[in-house]
Amino acid sequence: MSMQVTTQNFEANASKALKDPNLRKAMQIIGGPMASRRVETARELPEFEALRDEGVKIKNHVLKHIDLYLEKFEQQLTARGGKLHWCRTPREARETILALCRSRDAKLVTKGKSMVTEEIGLNAFLEEHGITPVETDLGEYIIQLAQEPPSHIIGPALHKTREQVAELFEEHHPDYELPNVPGIKAGPRSTEPQVLVTEARSVLRDTYFRADVGITGANFLIAETGATVIVTNEGNGDLTQSLPRMHIAVSSIEKVIPNLEDLSTILRILARSATGQEMSCYTTLSCGPKRPEDIDGPEEFHVVLVDNGRSEMLGTALEPLLRCIRCGACMNNCPVYHSVGGHAYGWVYPGPIGAALDPHMIGLETARHLPNASTFCGKCEEVCPMRIPLPDIMRWWREQAHEKRITPPLQRWGIEAWAFAAKTPWLYRLGARVAIGLLNMLGKDKGRLSSLPLAGGWTDGRDFPAPQSASTFMSQYKASKKGGLK
Amino acid sequence: MSQIDAKPRVALFVTCLVDLFRPSVGFAAIKLMEDAGCIVEVPEAQVCCGQPAYNSGDRKDTAAIAKQVIEAFEDYDYVVAPSGSCGGMIKDHYPALFAADPEWQRRAEDLSGRMHELTSFLVDVLKIQGVQTAPQDVKITYHDSCSGLRELGVKGQPRQLLDSIGGLEIVEMQTPETCCGFGGTFCVKYGEVSTDIVGRKTADITATGADLLLAGDMGCLLNMAGKLKREGSPVQVRHVAEVLAGMTDLPAIGESK
Ligand code: SF4
Repeated sequence: MSMQVTTQNFEANASKALKDPNLRKAMQIIGGPMASRRVETARELPEFEALRDEGVKIKNHVLKHIDLYLEKFEQQLTARGGKLHWCRTPREARETILALCRSRDAKLVTKGKSMVTEEIGLNAFLEEHGITPVETDLGEYIIQLAQEPPSHIIGPALHKTREQVAELFEEHHPDYELPNVPGIKAGPRSTEPQVLVTEARSVLRDTYFRADVGITGANFLIAETGATVIVTNEGNGDLTQSLPRMHIAVSSIEKVIPNLEDLSTILRILARSATGQEMSCYTTLSCGPKRPEDIDGPEEFHVVLVDNGRSEMLGTALEPLLRCIRCGACMNNCPVYHSVGGHAYGWVYPGPIGAALDPHMIGLETARHLPNASTFCGKCEEVCPMRIPLPDIMRWWREQAHEKRITPPLQRWGIEAWAFAAKTPWLYRLGARVAIGLLNMLGKDKGRLSSLPLAGGWTDGRDFPAPQSASTFMSQYKASKKGGLK
Repeated sequence: MSQIDAKPRVALFVTCLVDLFRPSVGFAAIKLMEDAGCIVEVPEAQVCCGQPAYNSGDRKDTAAIAKQVIEAFEDYDYVVAPSGSCGGMIKDHYPALFAADPEWQRRAEDLSGRMHELTSFLVDVLKIQGVQTAPQDVKITYHDSCSGLRELGVKGQPRQLLDSIGGLEIVEMQTPETCCGFGGTFCVKYGEVSTDIVGRKTADITATGADLLLAGDMGCLLNMAGKLKREGSPVQVRHVAEVLAGMTDLPAIGESK
């Protein structure tokens, strides 16, 4: 019921992505500008590394006492007139949200950006039950029009070129006329980002007022005050949560942090890691529904708290993943992500965090490619503000797959045969001598081979350098010592 | 210990790729360390550091292989590998492998403390300022291999040594620290993705206008050389140790005489 999973087809997905010229064009921004802005803003803040350590400490502390902090959060939220709904499974969460919407007789729901609602497959579920959800974050809005899942956790439509977005808009609001915006040249289908943003905004404007319920995610839950926090660059989240009469914030359990001071610590590393901004444009704290003296705000305020397997991660090798603040730095800096984009990963969370998290959420068998499709270059761990040991966790998954015999037989036998030889040096040396002799002979003329049986994965796109000589270093070294060279 | 009185006894960890594909790197490493005043030996019992098994999730076999390595190198003052990847494996990952076995963990930690990557050994441990190698008139660019860079902090050391050779000009790529896409078994299992990653790398290498590409790890070098040659590029590819030791008369990687 939740989002369609295509993770088991990672290889085919990746192959398709590698041949998609639009995707390749769109992905250039991630590896280039996004990654380098992170480096620059981090460099401008001398205490950046110390803040990271502090952030890790805060999260580790919370995870040790998560039950206490969540209870505290509920207490505070209730005291301010909000209501908390505890949901173990995606289904419980979906049904809770549906019941809330129905209690308001809702037909139209506006949504701020939220990955958890992707995780629980909320939009499709609401639609099935006669409720129309409208995404208000520009990226989410674009992929909703395109009927695609997000390809990045902070830039859901990063895989689309401006031209593709302009085409989508042409298709979905053909009658739209650009209002007179100073400084912007009107043209019916400009591909200027500012023009596209303006178009989306004016199309959405009226929806905000018509919506019966506003659903947002939450970047953080503050235990001390019962506040939910959202961080955006477009302000759409604020409109989503303050205009309709009911606000539902959907959050996973690990978003809770103790107090406002911790919030300010983590906010300082979040935006820098994510987009290379010092701060996001909007950081909004919501403390319950509208009070009698308030002039605006929702009449009802609900927080739907989703576990979906997270509490099982506590105390295991996977626990560090619960420190994740969904900044996207790991994917912005991942060479594999740069090549294949987010859709190839086939589920809600792509890139390194997805490779480490998805096997737990959708099953190792389904997701077995993800922890393997990494070069272990270590860049994700280097940039992760929460210092999550992503490669170690991917390796841990590989170990689980090996133990449970999920690894394809041929690969497993290959490694076991190799390991057997490596544990039996004479056999290893014999095998090496034969292989090297052969390769050297085959590649002698050019110093390389352009095809090699069983290594098509390599030679389809690269030559294979031949060994320098027909004998190994070890045998040459031994011979040189015998000759009295010592 | 900048002025070493007794000559240190150093064991060379050859690495399987050097053993099989590029013996000259092993001899270059020996020459560099002997020139710096070490007694270098090559224990015969060594095979491989176990990375292929480790990164395939085969922890049990990895531990068995690691024990062999630990035993083979127990008696030396230092153990040096011309590779950041194998160096990182032994230095960083061996101790973690034996978390449940205190006796072997102690031995793994002891080895970890004596383990070094070649250029970092020369610069950080032996404190040599440069190498005595005849000037070489060539424009080079240097790829920072991931494990060496991120696990062992190898970055300035090879460049400092290269700088000491007259005539060499180093032109940095835009992305010297970005992975080349080799990744051990990754390069075969996900060949298409790997090829794409190395393609971005070779574009960057070509853009520097360098004649020679250097790095400290055979895996990356074979990968980048393979791609450059497929593209018909004239850029030569060598392990940094060969250049430092002045052993550049042999054909470059992926080339013949
Ligand atoms: S794993 Fe780290 S880098 Fe990746 S999204 Fe989470 S916090 Fe950001």
